[in-house]
Amino acid sequence: MSTEDRSMRFADVNDDVVRSLVVTGRKYYITLACAIAVTLLCFFFPWFYQLYYGIGAAGMNHPTVWGTYLASFIFWIGLSHSGTLLSCVLHITNSEWRKAMYRSAEAMTLFSLMVAAMMVMVHVGRPWFIHWALPYPNQMEMWPNFRSPLLFDVMAIGTYLTGSLIFIYMGSIPDFAAVRDRTTGWRHHMYVLLSLGWRGTDTEWHRLGWAYTFLAVLIIPLAVSVHSIVSWDFAMSIVPGLHQTIFAPYFVVGAIYSGTAGIVTVMFVLRKYMNFEHYITKLHFDNLGKRLLVLALICTYIIVLELFTGLYIGTSTEYEQLKYKLTGFYAPLYWEMILFCAVAPLLLISKRFRTSFVPMLILSIAINIGMYTERFLIVSTTLSRQYLPETWRVYVPSLVEVSILVGSVAMFVTLFLLFVKIFPSVSIYEVKETMTQPARKRGHAEWQTT
Amino acid sequence: MNIFERFVAGWRKYRKPGYYDDFDYHWTMTIDLDRCTGCSACVTACQAENNIPIVGEKELARGREMQWIRIERYWEGEYPNAKLNFIPMLCQHCDAAPCETVCPVSATYHNQDGLNAQVYNRCIGTRSCAVYCPYEVRYFNYYNHHWPTPLEQQLNPDVTVREKGVMEKCTFCIQRIRQAKDHAKDDGGRRVRDGEVQPACVQSCPTEALTFGDRDDPESKVAEKMRDPRAYRVLEDLNTDPSIVYLKKA
Repeated sequence: MSTEDRSMRFADVNDDVVRSLVVTGRKYYITLACAIAVTLLCFFFPWFYQLYYGIGAAGMNHPTVWGTYLASFIFWIGLSHSGTLLSCVLHITNSEWRKAMYRSAEAMTLFSLMVAAMMVMVHVGRPWFIHWALPYPNQMEMWPNFRSPLLFDVMAIGTYLTGSLIFIYMGSIPDFAAVRDRTTGWRHHMYVLLSLGWRGTDTEWHRLGWAYTFLAVLIIPLAVSVHSIVSWDFAMSIVPGLHQTIFAPYFVVGAIYSGTAGIVTVMFVLRKYMNFEHYITKLHFDNLGKRLLVLALICTYIIVLELFTGLYIGTSTEYEQLKYKLTGFYAPLYWEMILFCAVAPLLLISKRFRTSFVPMLILSIAINIGMYTERFLIVSTTLSRQYLPETWRVYVPSLVEVSILVGSVAMFVTLFLLFVKIFPSVSIYEVKETMTQPARKRGHAEWQTT
Repeated sequence: MNIFERFVAGWRKYRKPGYYDDFDYHWTMTIDLDRCTGCSACVTACQAENNIPIVGEKELARGREMQWIRIERYWEGEYPNAKLNFIPMLCQHCDAAPCETVCPVSATYHNQDGLNAQVYNRCIGTRSCAVYCPYEVRYFNYYNHHWPTPLEQQLNPDVTVREKGVMEKCTFCIQRIRQAKDHAKDDGGRRVRDGEVQPACVQSCPTEALTFGDRDDPESKVAEKMRDPRAYRVLEDLNTDPSIVYLKKA
């Protein structure tokens, strides 16, 4: 929301947001039905097939025991990264432009974390025993293995998910209250529960502001640690190509990068289909574009550095790994990744590009395709070329894996579609903070707005 | 001992593989590559002893064969002067095993005999141990495997049949080791004698290329072979401290 927009009034914000919750067009239902259908058909059906017959339904083989499931897991965790993190950083730095977009960005975090958790369930061989990875007192008198980076991962993601959930919920309470007062029927009852009896007293606002800032400060290091820990799943192994100290910053930057691109995509869709043109403006795209450009440059730097690390290690296995990465079976994917993640984002140097919506949408999707490829390559190129040449073998994803990948996107879309009808997807009270104060006395409106 | 020293002592103990102060035995295998003819008798014996499934042609083509011990074949040189080398490759029972640290549920751990043990019932199938293993000797059950009648009659009753979604690997025929230790205990609590217990692969090797025994016993055949100047361990620079010692082809 830009402060220059004089045509907007406080009441308009309430109207717009409540409308987005209450008025539901046919298009929405059709999209939701499609998303649910695709989720069931492409995610749950193949998954149940795989549960019944075994992981063999996927394309993994002997040296390459990890596949697209794990790549998708990293991808979704990465996508989760920009929402809450971006929102927290911008909250602390008092950026005005954050206020119109942070709610949907945080929702993105939440839902991609949920999808990532589902990918773990899909990935493991016996998901019906997955609770053994959680530390809880049990009759077997067995704790999980606290030395395992995978266990750090469970903890980190659990904490991040909880933190993000509390953060988005707490920030929404005044909005739930605002919506509560404007709705009837079952919606009213739901918002009564969700708003936790918010009355908008000074004490309440004060406590909210304090707790919100506290959580924001808490979540920033958490977000950084989550993806560092995901990278340790790989970097703590002794597999050539994975055993590198650059991995933690690599994953964090990669995550924020793909997350920011994801936000651009979501912003475009919200703007276009939820009629939020007044709130999500060129300014947002411009700022996100600048951020993307910086991240693209850092990411490129790390991609190059990764090659040099392999070169400096200088063992025959590392050389083989490098050669394989640049010219081997998966090399076309590698160069595609370079094109989408390192070369194409250079277009963002132009302000005209940053402020045009459709090119930004295309670029943001391209970046995420590139980042997905990058995650896939981390798993596939390294695992198919390890120490003993006898075991070298390439891995190609099966139909089930591709279908589950498509289904996971549909699951994300479904969750998001449900979200926009339950949560006020633009923060009512914070958008108002950026607007001109309404005139208190009649006839003074012109004086106020000029 | 003050609280700090206690903590440090506890920490050191925790860092030790398997958290044991001392191993009962330190089972080790030596493989004499001069004697190995690549006949694959060990592979077959292992298959029979440990209920290893035959995955079938289709799965083999997808690279999912199961062999706890496999014969790796390497060619040296070009055609007229080509030389063929074999290396039997099985779980190296590393004392600093990368697979043990990564398992989130401790399904793989170091036991009191210095073995790298795998608990099938505890495994949730993250497959991270197979990624972390530099020797690629861990095999995953992609499906439930079936033994068509009457083949199920020849399953070894001492060994579990593994279900889908579980990782498995060479155990040094732990069922035989346990039995030998039990016998020794009943026989007046003596120690297991050298040569009293042999894994299936060692037993079946026609050229006696494989030797098995307790490394801590200086009199044992294994300890003697380990003193051979040809002795080396595969990928030793990774500091995994393997328990399989190879004797280099002269």
